[in-house]
Amino acid sequence: MAKRVKFKLNGREIEAEEGRLVIDAAKDVGVEIPHYCYHPALGNPGNCRMCVVEVAGAPKPQISCRTAVREGLDVQSDSAAAKRAQASALELHLVNHPLDCPVCDQSGECGLQDYYMKIGQYQSQVRENKQHKDKRVEAGPHVMLDQERCILCTRCTRFVENVTKTYELGVFRRGHAERVELTPGKVLDNDYSGNVVDICPVGALTDRDFRYKVRVWYLDKTDSVCPGCSRGCAVSVHTNTKRPWHNDGKRVARLKPRYNPEINGHWMCDEGRYGFGSLDRDRLGRVLRLAPREEELSWDAACAAIASELRGGAVAFVASGMLSNEDWSAAKTLFAGAKFYFTPEPDQIGAEDALLKRKEKVPNLKAAEALGLKSGSFDELAADLDAGRVRVLYVVERDLGRIWGEERAKTLVSRAACGVFQGPNACAVSEAFRYRLPATAYVEESGRFTNFEGKVSKYEKALEPIGSAKPDWEIFDAIRAALETSGKGAAA
Amino acid sequence: MAMTVRVVERPRRPFGTQIYLVEVWKGLAVTFRHFFVNMARHAMIALGLKGVTPGSVTIQYPEDPAVLGKRARTRHRLLKRDDGAPRCTACLLCETICPAKCIRITAEDAPDVLVEKRAKTFSIDLGMCIFCGYCVEACPVDAIHMDANDVEIAAYGRKDMIWDMPELLGDKKKCSSR
Repeated sequence: MAKRVKFKLNGREIEAEEGRLVIDAAKDVGVEIPHYCYHPALGNPGNCRMCVVEVAGAPKPQISCRTAVREGLDVQSDSAAAKRAQASALELHLVNHPLDCPVCDQSGECGLQDYYMKIGQYQSQVRENKQHKDKRVEAGPHVMLDQERCILCTRCTRFVENVTKTYELGVFRRGHAERVELTPGKVLDNDYSGNVVDICPVGALTDRDFRYKVRVWYLDKTDSVCPGCSRGCAVSVHTNTKRPWHNDGKRVARLKPRYNPEINGHWMCDEGRYGFGSLDRDRLGRVLRLAPREEELSWDAACAAIASELRGGAVAFVASGMLSNEDWSAAKTLFAGAKFYFTPEPDQIGAEDALLKRKEKVPNLKAAEALGLKSGSFDELAADLDAGRVRVLYVVERDLGRIWGEERAKTLVSRAACGVFQGPNACAVSEAFRYRLPATAYVEESGRFTNFEGKVSKYEKALEPIGSAKPDWEIFDAIRAALETSGKGAAA
Repeated sequence: MAMTVRVVERPRRPFGTQIYLVEVWKGLAVTFRHFFVNMARHAMIALGLKGVTPGSVTIQYPEDPAVLGKRARTRHRLLKRDDGAPRCTACLLCETICPAKCIRITAEDAPDVLVEKRAKTFSIDLGMCIFCGYCVEACPVDAIHMDANDVEIAAYGRKDMIWDMPELLGDKKKCSSR
């Protein structure tokens, strides 16, 4: 444990660890010092000169991202001299910046705009023409590069050097021709390429997926958890609901990583970031009895009907790791005597890496394990269904067609006396069930996921449910209430 | 928002006002004053007198065209660049500032790299527009003006009040479906 020392920031006495960077120590007490190149995860090359502060005794302004805290240090970050130095640094950054904010996707969340409004607001003194470089360079499948907007903070090149170690980007040429470019022969297509868009403080690196879809000031931001794999990265869901004609009518515009030092740090993978596309595809919104003829039911009627089916026993409960902790515990109570099947088959297994990605492509298998639930194998379930040993097949958010193949899954589902499908999206075999219940997607409910390390994170409700969809746990509880009111006790 | 009821006291009118006769004569006095003053002005001008304030004229609208001030704020139009492409870069500042939320724009990549972005669709619902002119002020590329000098925008249905991009550019004539 480093020694705690006292130093002065803007005349205020502050205690911090000796050797901590002044910029960090200031942030700890709520003083934001403007900066571009410094990033807590990528180091402090000190090339942007935006974080200059006045240090008593030093003849010139010092950069706070390379000044260590020591006893008796006296720092001024908002004195007239410090602000003038910061404004001058900003002015130099804007010399060759094209100022094309109206067409730039970054505007609204741009470091140049923010600091210009905060500390700039000078009259431009530049009479020379701006340097022209390449615009609209497709750096990779997800990232668009505009060299003119770049301020050469080198955050992106440090990211590909230190975090992914793939070296796709570099700073080339010299003087005013200096620019960020792709390393010859390389394309920015690593599994974490989307992160360079987040760390770029200006509009030089923008998201191709999000390009010209919505202006950022229309978006609502909700804290959530990425359901892409069992890592459970903290994310922010950006939704567009106020102006539905944007974003091609889709409600979720983008996912951004949220800083969580215990789980994902600052990053998230591209698979999770761009994996929300199927969220609103083939959504279920009505409570239906599909057989013998299609008929819409009220929730009460459907729960009562399903409860009476469950009373007969021989229940198989198929789920996936998409269930929240709350859903799992409600399911455990409702299906106390049933057989559970939730083990990830090849459809939910994918690539794994040392950084974040995990091979189970569902967020919450750990909660089932923590509740002591054991999963049978799907081969076993297929055999049981084939032999007619399963009376009620209750499937939640799992596409059996992707495990057994569509035709076989449909045949097997029809062997059960009663099939219930519950989930947010329709799938290939969801028509083969007798009851089809609409459930909310993870962005339409709040709940908790337990990641593979056992860390529990909460996700918040970002959108309204579609139709009469309800969270899974509410449906389980309603069926349980229907079972209890008829006085027959628990199922199976 | 919850509905609230506020009881307002009726204004009390004195007897003289209530019988109307006095008020009617007061009104007629105004009418006749205008009539005679105007007639005198027209007569003086007809006699060739200089320096007389011109008398008021009734315009026979719609038979005669409406006369608008040079800087009258009228229907929107979208402007084009020298090469004929729309000036609009789809920055959505007009859509953002619009208090009536009557502007809808979707964007796409422009073929010219230096332009970068252009409007794919651009529509204004004149039925919702309050003609405040904020869109003109917000535009950073001078792409939208409210100087079409067109006040005859009435239509037979709400949908016909929505003008799309070719119509606002003047490439297509707006015609209302009946």
